[in-house]
Amino acid sequence: MTRPSRIFAWSLCLTALLAGVVVASAALGSVSIDPVTVAMAILNAVVVPVGLERTGWAVPIVGWTVPVVALEFAPLFAFDVPSAHQTIVADIRLPRIALAATVGFGLAAAGTVMQGFFRNPLADPSIIGVSSGAAVGAVAVIAFPVLVPVGLRPAAFTTAVVTAFLVYAIATEGGRTPVATLLLAGVAIQAFLGAVISYMLLHSGESLREAVVWLMGHLSNSTWNDVALSLPFVLAGVVILGAYTREMNVLLLGEEDAHHLGVEVERTKLLLLALASVITAAGVAVAGVIGFVGLVVPHMMRLIVGPDHRILLPTSALAGASFLVATDTIARAGPAEVPVGIVTAALGAPFFLYLLVRREVHAL
Amino acid sequence: MVDISDLSLSLGGQQILSDVSLSVERGEVVGLIGPNGAGKTTLLRALTGVLTPDAGTVVVDGETVHALSSRATSRLLSVVPQETTVSFAFDVRSIVEMGRTPYRSRFSPPTADDRKLIEDALERTATDSLAERSIGTVSGGERQRVLLARTLAQDTPVIVLDEPTASLDIAHQVETLELVCDLAAEGKTVIAAIHDLDLAARYCDSLVLLADGTVLERGPPETVLTSAHLERAFDATAAITKHPVTGSTNVTTLPSDSVAFDTREGGPPRVHVVGSGGTAAGVLARLAAAGVDASLGPVTATDVAAETAAQLGVDTLTVDPFSPLERTTVDALERELAAADVTILADLRVSVGNQLLLESLADAPAPVFLETTPFTERNAAGGGARERYERLRDRARAVSDDSDSLVRTVRRVLETRPPSPPADGSRESTHASLDSIDATD
Repeated sequence: MTRPSRIFAWSLCLTALLAGVVVASAALGSVSIDPVTVAMAILNAVVVPVGLERTGWAVPIVGWTVPVVALEFAPLFAFDVPSAHQTIVADIRLPRIALAATVGFGLAAAGTVMQGFFRNPLADPSIIGVSSGAAVGAVAVIAFPVLVPVGLRPAAFTTAVVTAFLVYAIATEGGRTPVATLLLAGVAIQAFLGAVISYMLLHSGESLREAVVWLMGHLSNSTWNDVALSLPFVLAGVVILGAYTREMNVLLLGEEDAHHLGVEVERTKLLLLALASVITAAGVAVAGVIGFVGLVVPHMMRLIVGPDHRILLPTSALAGASFLVATDTIARAGPAEVPVGIVTAALGAPFFLYLLVRREVHAL
Repeated sequence: MVDISDLSLSLGGQQILSDVSLSVERGEVVGLIGPNGAGKTTLLRALTGVLTPDAGTVVVDGETVHALSSRATSRLLSVVPQETTVSFAFDVRSIVEMGRTPYRSRFSPPTADDRKLIEDALERTATDSLAERSIGTVSGGERQRVLLARTLAQDTPVIVLDEPTASLDIAHQVETLELVCDLAAEGKTVIAAIHDLDLAARYCDSLVLLADGTVLERGPPETVLTSAHLERAFDATAAITKHPVTGSTNVTTLPSDSVAFDTREGGPPRVHVVGSGGTAAGVLARLAAAGVDASLGPVTATDVAAETAAQLGVDTLTVDPFSPLERTTVDALERELAAADVTILADLRVSVGNQLLLESLADAPAPVFLETTPFTERNAAGGGARERYERLRDRARAVSDDSDSLVRTVRRVLETRPPSPPADGSRESTHASLDSIDATD
């Protein structure tokens, strides 16, 4: 099979798997709904832009009052679904599932990039401190709402991206950024931010529980608004990364070889780091620190499809989406809901160990 | 094709290259030689734009390398690296395909040209049978050929190789360098750092000897590879000869304690060598490397010892083969012996024609016998010759069967030389000194 058709076939399979997992997840919960109804309810929730509409708002621009217009959406399908079920699926379960898919998609893609970039099987999306950075922002907002009167998500996203940039700046000297220095700077910054987070937790008082739940990674009370915040960053980031898969392959040979093969090494490294960090930040800011998705899923997919990023990146991202939707379903299916971060680690770690013991995973 | 001018580069505050200038013509195979730390790899890395020099320029095909993008550079120069970390499982074809990276736009699939170059490269390097295998599972030699194939697919006018044969067995070394030379014959320019001086001499049109970050010598192998140059660059003693099979310059590194003859008043010690064949040739090479003023003969002009002597610039007394020793030759030999400090008899073969030699050698100064085969195998002149040889051997100052320690032995003989030339009746005392030499050896 040629490479393009392999990529297409694998992506199709994994998209089908994701669709199956989404339907199954939406069917499960305190009210069980049969999968066919769920599928119809999901399709009913699909809207397409049909035109422009005036919003009733207007802005004055150089003396003129210009009405603000927005896209007008209309549902694509109109299956006959009981309205209670339609509400449960479309307004309660689906936002959470969509967010899980978005975050899983982004974390797995970012993890794939980081492992290739660092040529290190231990690398994960937060290796240069993105998650710790997000945690500092989030915990500050939760613990000291008076001192830091900003939204939790923008705060977490901003501190995450700033941390990544800081680590990059520290590791860069004379236009070059050795990955080993980057790794060490990331470890040091994470340790320092860990201290900051611990200190804030100690003085968080009443909000301690909320902060800890955020740190464990959770998807409860997700809204379509969260999806709208996260999805554009994740999707745009992964699409741009997709254009750089050939460079990622060549970088696996080593930076000097990559230079000899015509890759602008430092510029490409900066771009890959920036994209992976933004994608991770967009995920972590809405869902908290969810570990192991970005570590385990790329390894799993590398075993199945090989190291070629042209196929590894899309398949890892799709598998990551399925993985997080499935684990979040388990997280909320029990008698008491647990943060999804606990489930991903509790399931991911033993599976990873199994791969290690079988010697399936030993390097990239 | 390649013009490096006044290149200076320091790494971590240490000057690695200073004022290196080098120009290479199209189709030339240039070998970069020099001791570890001479700056060979650094020069190659500066050439390919990996390192930016402090001063100086690198111009390839009219373009200044350090002003170009990686993509533009990689269309001019391709590199076979010394080592590639392969902790991943790409198949061989994918690795070779990466050679086309500089030519491909971001989303387009490979063109027919790309595919043809990839297949040709696999075929020429005999890696087509490995194409579907993972790079992690092929041997070191095969991996080197895969990287060479990648270079071919990259299709650049200049090919840079960093120790291309370091990890290869002898057959693959030759195969790889033959291929490189074929490419040069097709108009590619090749610059290679090569550790093995013999291979460098055999396959390169010209050599660049680097030492301490500067170009010490540049030219055809036979002018660059001389004992004096190698001693300056490598601080090693080496005998330079022509290889009997390939005819290329051959470098034999000798034990370093064979150097350090104190040049006493009156110049270096003079040693006359009598003998023929490989043993005598080896003796001459070692003496020359140790700075001894040697002479040889009588020997037939076609003998390997005579050829070696000619390459080393050693005075040689030649005779026609199969003819009896003439008076003029004997006179010449006696003049040489009179001027010598030490005489070495290197596996001397005695025949009916040359047995008179033994008479002339009766008064030879400080005779040292090097015997790697017993005399009976070297004697074709019967019992009389044998007796004379035995008598001669009785006054030997040293007898040895080890060529490698010969220079040391000669030095000891010179150091323990009696104040006055031995008189006829001094047999006892010289014999005693022979014992002492044997005891210390």
